[in-house]
Amino acid sequence: MSVRHALLALLSEGPKYGLQLRQEFEERTGEVWPLNVGQVYTTLQRLERDGLVESDDAAEEGPQKGFRITPRGADELAAWLRTPPDLSMPPRDELVIKVLVAWRLPGVDVHEVIQTHRRYLVELMQQWTHLKEDEAQFDLGFALAVDAELFRLDSVVRWLDTADGRFRRAAAEPPAAARPAMPRMRRRVGVRR
Amino acid sequence: MSYLELRHVSKIYGEGPTEVQAIQDVDMSVEAGELVAVMGPSGSGKSTLLTIAGSLEDPSSGQVLIGGAALSKMSRADKSRLRRRSIGYVFQDFNLLAGLTAAENVSLPLELDGVNARKARSIGLAALEELGLGEEASRFPDELSGGERQRVAIARAVVGNRQLLLADEPSGALDSVNGEAVMRLLLAVCRRGVATVVVTHDAQLASWADRVVFIRDGRIVDQTLPPTAPESLLQSGPPRNGPGR
Repeated sequence: MSVRHALLALLSEGPKYGLQLRQEFEERTGEVWPLNVGQVYTTLQRLERDGLVESDDAAEEGPQKGFRITPRGADELAAWLRTPPDLSMPPRDELVIKVLVAWRLPGVDVHEVIQTHRRYLVELMQQWTHLKEDEAQFDLGFALAVDAELFRLDSVVRWLDTADGRFRRAAAEPPAAARPAMPRMRRRVGVRR
Repeated sequence: MSYLELRHVSKIYGEGPTEVQAIQDVDMSVEAGELVAVMGPSGSGKSTLLTIAGSLEDPSSGQVLIGGAALSKMSRADKSRLRRRSIGYVFQDFNLLAGLTAAENVSLPLELDGVNARKARSIGLAALEELGLGEEASRFPDELSGGERQRVAIARAVVGNRQLLLADEPSGALDSVNGEAVMRLLLAVCRRGVATVVVTHDAQLASWADRVVFIRDGRIVDQTLPPTAPESLLQSGPPRNGPGR
């Protein structure tokens, strides 16, 4: 989560004080991302240093000091909103590595390892869903933040389900006589440094 | 006391070389007012488990108890009565009758059980209104969206005084927003004291349950622990790496 750009977004609505920014940030993200006031002021100082916001020069540092976005800050915000995060290379995923290691280890039941992780993830999802059940009807920002987390966890469960199915099929089928050469790109999956 | 109880239930289809063991030695119980999800992939036996729990099929061995009464000791007529009065079923494809309005679909189980038509209609209408579906009452299934149809199907499944609700992939054909609406409705029904079982392959649906039971190759292999306080999730924001990852 880019606190820097979230603060620029709030300031694009008009000048605001530091404390006000913190409060509005938490409201907009459904209070899923708590933010301490020190983080807000450090970020504002950096934004000011970079010419992306301006403050009331006369006012002293503290809750009553007001900030406003500069034209450069508005350009930066517009560019950030439209820049996709870097999802082009898969990250090194510890869970993927654990499952691949478990598959080859003698005396380890890979399905049992998968189920341990699946149960943990579903328990986490139950907790997130429970939060949504209680509050989401009334707070769109909160519901969307919780949905994002649920979809993320769900994608991991789906990968585990797929791995489980592939291992079962692989165990039931005789090994292929010759392996086709894999493109180099596939071999690099999951090993970004 | 558990409203639904399965004790050492197994089901075998076919015999000899074509024999298939659909479920094996399943023990499961569901309390009144509890929502249990049975989660597993296609072919894991979860739908068989549901049809046996709902007395639509007999187990090859083991016992099913509903409201404390063993199904194996009931006559066919007793089981039919139990299905008409106490058990509601929800399927992925809604199974609404196209020639009847939503209200008529909902009141049909009561009419089939001998309740006079006028009374059945008024109970059916009340069930729709209680579930926030009053406006759909006079519409025909083809005038409703998929999500609305499934919600009407849930109203039909619980009309009267049902105590056991069984749902097989209830939001399988719906998008996630409509799927969530269906789960909210099932949960609302469940919280009125109805023992509810949902079978699904979908973790997001299963996560609405009080307890998730995992089924693989016809066996129950695991279940979730009772949930801890979800508020703890908000102390540090969304977890980026959970324990064990």
